Amino acid sequence: MTEMQTSPAATERTDTPKMTARNVHVHFGEIQALSDVSLDIFDDEVTALIGPSGCGKSTFLRCFNRMNEMAENATTAGQVQIDGRDIYANDVDVAALRAQVGMVFQRPNPFPKSIFDNVAYGPRIHGLAETKSDLEEIVEASLSRAGLWDEVKDRLDDMGTVLSDGQQQRLCIARAIAVNPKIILMDEPCSALDPIATGKIEELIEELRLGFTIVIVTHSMQQAARVSQKTVFFHQGSLIEHGSTVEIFTKPRHERTKDYIMGRYG
Amino acid sequence: MSLNTAHALTPAAQKRGARRQRLDRMFRFAGLAALMMMSVIVVLLLGAILWRGLPAFTQHQVRLDITFPAPQPEAVSNTDYGQLIRQALAQRFPDAAPEDIRALRKIISPSARLTVRDALQANPDWAGQTHSLWLAVSAKTQTYLRSPGRATELGERDPKVLTWLADLNDNADIRRAFRATLFQRGDSRRAQSVGILGALAGSALTLTVTLVLAFPIGLASAIYLQEFAPKSRLVDLLEVNINNLAAIPSILYGLLGLAVFINVFHLPRATPLVGGMTLALMTLPTVIISSRAALAAVPKDLRAASLSLGASHVQTVFHHILPSAMPGVLTGTILAVAQALGETAPLLLIGMLAFIVDVPTQVTDVATALPAQIFLWAENPDEAFSDSAAAAIVVLLLMLLSLNAAAVFLRTRLEKRRW
Repeated sequence: MTEMQTSPAATERTDTPKMTARNVHVHFGEIQALSDVSLDIFDDEVTALIGPSGCGKSTFLRCFNRMNEMAENATTAGQVQIDGRDIYANDVDVAALRAQVGMVFQRPNPFPKSIFDNVAYGPRIHGLAETKSDLEEIVEASLSRAGLWDEVKDRLDDMGTVLSDGQQQRLCIARAIAVNPKIILMDEPCSALDPIATGKIEELIEELRLGFTIVIVTHSMQQAARVSQKTVFFHQGSLIEHGSTVEIFTKPRHERTKDYIMGRYG
Repeated sequence: MSLNTAHALTPAAQKRGARRQRLDRMFRFAGLAALMMMSVIVVLLLGAILWRGLPAFTQHQVRLDITFPAPQPEAVSNTDYGQLIRQALAQRFPDAAPEDIRALRKIISPSARLTVRDALQANPDWAGQTHSLWLAVSAKTQTYLRSPGRATELGERDPKVLTWLADLNDNADIRRAFRATLFQRGDSRRAQSVGILGALAGSALTLTVTLVLAFPIGLASAIYLQEFAPKSRLVDLLEVNINNLAAIPSILYGLLGLAVFINVFHLPRATPLVGGMTLALMTLPTVIISSRAALAAVPKDLRAASLSLGASHVQTVFHHILPSAMPGVLTGTILAVAQALGETAPLLLIGMLAFIVDVPTQVTDVATALPAQIFLWAENPDEAFSDSAAAAIVVLLLMLLSLNAAAVFLRTRLEKRRW
């Protein structure tokens, strides 16, 4: 709770946002998943997306690395910009975009490869390491940053899939960091983890805040309160309210937000 | 607790409960009965095959003391080895009249003189000496020795033959030995000289061609259809057709092979090349369908993880999805090849159901295949041929079993490296 009080983001920021969404609509076939969402997201802080199941918060998250396109019938309208550049423009290389926007998923999904290869995969395909020692350096730095190095440094050749769930999730974070992205999207990263593993991931998010722009989708309002500086509330595909986390949790402006935060539905 | 609640049940509820348990028991019993019946059928089938086939892996041999002629430097090849056998028989049975010797000669296989010749060629210093040799018996003697109770031509024509055989037997001059020639020779007109080596080589060459064609083409098609093909009417139509092709009677593939490969492209008839190409057509749908199923079974998480790191679609498929799907792909391919191994009908139409003595060494040699060879021997009225057919069936079954075992082995081995 001390985090909330010392949060520097209690006031509106006036600098240029890292990412902006303007009038974003997403459809999956006939179904509208997101309607007319506009939002600015700033760097050096954690933005939490909250709302009941099916409210569109995950869909909104995936707009920023165009992962909605994994579904063939997905269409995105409106404008999404990163550093002032429209990421849905025709000349955008999706692979290059995703190299800048890392993602961590709900269920830990390490590759069925060694711990080393899991982290090294991104740098390898993007040619980030000239030599083998460069690559080893990147792997060590990424694992250290994800707080996993001490636990796995002696068994980098073990399968990533034999780690505990919490360790696997930190491995996935290390894998995302290794590509050196500017933004990390997290889609309910702790919902499959026990409280201790969740605590470690939350500490990690706090540590990573000052190097990356982090957007996290979460079902847990306590988690949103603990880790984020900005909170965005979604309901039925629309953005209902956004603001500093302190404000949203202490004096929400909308009835729906208040009801959700009080636990009346969700 | 549960006891207490049971007491609280109404009579109607108790009745329903009892009925449900009865149905449960009946269903389990029906399942068990079906399983038992299937086991009995399998045991009967395998038992019958082995009962018939295993004796055919052995043959009876007669020991004779052959006296090799003294060295005749230039005339080794002119030696009448049949004569040597007749002399040895005359010595072994001094009481036999000269005309009996011809009847005695018929106990021994006609090809036994080749055994004598080979023995001399292998040991040139035997010339002028006498050595004991085990010589294969003739087909008729073989049939008699295997089931002595049955009346055979052997005894009817010359009852003395049976006495001689009994004499040989009493002196331990008849033995039962492994029939190595079965695995050393091709087909023959003589039942005692046939071997499955030709058919085995033909099958191996044919299946190699099948695998080399069907695996890459099938896998590539599966990857494209599963991962890259746009959703369209044409692709849907293609899918339906592939599924239908898997169910087409195999003889139609034989007709296709005959019409296209032989009549249009003029590829050499009755060769493993054409056979393998025809069987590849037949196995392609199975390979495609099983590979697609294996690709589709790879968790979406893995795909998402790879794409989110900025890997392209092609990189995602080849770095992550395909390696994870490989156990399934390989299992499907091996089972499809095993199916091709047992196929006879398509081979019939492209001329591989033929009497071929030479063992093929390349894909453009005329050849037959194991199931075709079995068919040829089984339809031969001479009982000695059907013995060899039974032995060939055992070999075919062993090959199928080892292919399936390889599929299981690969699956468990590769699955250890999965998500």
